[in-house]
Amino acid sequence: MCGNEALAEAAIIAGLDAYFGYPITPQNEIPAYMSRRMPEEGRVFVQSESELAAINMVFGASATGKRAMTSSSSPGISLMQEGLSYLAGAELPAVVVNVMRGGPGLGNIAPSQADYFQATRGGGHGDYRTITLAPASVQEMADCMPLAFDLADQYRMTVIVLADGILGQMMEPIVLDKKKRRKLPAKDWALTGATGREQNIVRSLWLGETALENHNYKLQAKYENIQKNEVLCEQYEVDDAEIVVVAYGIAARIVRPAVNKARQAGIKAGWIRPITLWPFPTEQISRAADQMRIFLTVEMSNGQMVEDVKLAVAGKAAVLLYGRPGGGVPTVDEILERIKQLTLPAKR
Amino acid sequence: MKTVFKRTPTLKDCPTHYCPGCGHGIAHRLVAEIIDELGIRSRTIGIAPVGCAVLAYDYLDVDMIEVPHGRPPAVATGMKRTNPDKIIFSYQGDGDLAAIGTAEIIHAAHRGEQITVIFINNAVFGMTGGQMAPTTVLGQVTATTPKGRNRTGEGYPLQISELLAALPGAIYLERCSLHNPAQISKTKKAIKHAFELQIEGAEGLALVEVLSPCPTYWRMTPVKAMEWIEKEMTKVFPLGRLKDVAGE
Repeated sequence: MCGNEALAEAAIIAGLDAYFGYPITPQNEIPAYMSRRMPEEGRVFVQSESELAAINMVFGASATGKRAMTSSSSPGISLMQEGLSYLAGAELPAVVVNVMRGGPGLGNIAPSQADYFQATRGGGHGDYRTITLAPASVQEMADCMPLAFDLADQYRMTVIVLADGILGQMMEPIVLDKKKRRKLPAKDWALTGATGREQNIVRSLWLGETALENHNYKLQAKYENIQKNEVLCEQYEVDDAEIVVVAYGIAARIVRPAVNKARQAGIKAGWIRPITLWPFPTEQISRAADQMRIFLTVEMSNGQMVEDVKLAVAGKAAVLLYGRPGGGVPTVDEILERIKQLTLPAKR
Repeated sequence: MKTVFKRTPTLKDCPTHYCPGCGHGIAHRLVAEIIDELGIRSRTIGIAPVGCAVLAYDYLDVDMIEVPHGRPPAVATGMKRTNPDKIIFSYQGDGDLAAIGTAEIIHAAHRGEQITVIFINNAVFGMTGGQMAPTTVLGQVTATTPKGRNRTGEGYPLQISELLAALPGAIYLERCSLHNPAQISKTKKAIKHAFELQIEGAEGLALVEVLSPCPTYWRMTPVKAMEWIEKEMTKVFPLGRLKDVAGE
């Protein structure tokens, strides 16, 4: 299975009620798969007239308590930002998959990681966050879906799965199974028709003095809770390392062999791989920065996550970037060379 | 003493924020009465627009959502597809439906979504201060057409109902008005029919366009505003049933 299909099937297993989407490369396998499988399961598939409509269809389905998702790629995700802001304001759960491609503008259809800022800073207007998961394999494309739906329902907010064109297209064997699920709160806020209860209202408009300010404090408290409890991160050979490479998603896959080769060459290298990009593993990186001399972030962009690494390191160590923007994919040798340059200046 | 008129339960007992002479109050009451007459309150979900009617959920006692500007038909699609047993209606103004939301209404109709749309046409953007709407008539002075709407550069008034009539997925389209009691009664019948079609599971979208007064931004008295609908607006937006697939 390719990553896009693995993700789609995993979403169905996770109890997806409705998929809404608009075609865009490199994620077209998702709507194609959903258009076949969702009707087989007696569930909803709609090809929308635009990404704007798709995210609003998600908004509508989610407001009635259903599990809904959409998927797109970078330019389409930009169009959805209005909806993402409203979902945040209205506190509705949603899962949005971004199979990133090169930008800005129409860019190209090559893999990219240039939407990190957009995903982790909210993206639309207003003070809000979206939980952002960064899978790094086809197996993880599948594994992150039940987690994404559970997190969305638990916290009543959008979870973004931030993948890229390689993860979407590449094929790897995977195991699909029903993982243990979280205990989730009842959706007593959902619009199901006012039967034997007062009306439910889903809204993002808060007029009146301090009403919106208080709503924002409530959202902020939720975000702080997530920052405390939901960070996911993987690390390797960090304890004795003089250089730690920080990378996520497909870039982290390329970093692994580079770090192994550096170790073989006698360089004390390790890596940290954020799995949740928001909440960011600030503490893990900060702890590592107490002992480390150098952090190198490797990104398929001109450097976006590097800013979060710098905030976490807080001046305790040097933070450098190796970035390939516009659809460029770093090679193992390029990364190894950069590690050598930074750690063995005298020998060169 | 015999009770000849009372507030219908789905219309909340509270003052509205609408200006004196505004049509929204009448239209809200019609929707509430219809929901009660059809006995569908417990399975109805309403969608409020961005515009003067954004607070419709403060007046209509049904489950409701407030959504991004122009997107109610997309939100309604998401609701109806996942809840075919529920009755979904959107209540939209002319800025919402005829300007920023044209793509959403056309494609919801095009797909034949089984929803009920109440389209309030008052020829102006109300909430933002009386700017030109696509439905503003030629010569009409607004905050952004100080010399009156000119067809050169500003275009002709957009006739959304006629536009939608061309789509097979739109099964019922009627234009009504609130300018006198007889027309209000006709409007109620039309909106009721649009709900009944959905209840029966008729395969397509039903929309009722309602010409409605905005005395504040027409800069008229409420009485003059009603007269202006009859004399001027109906010339551009003729009243009547444009399409009723079930009845044809």
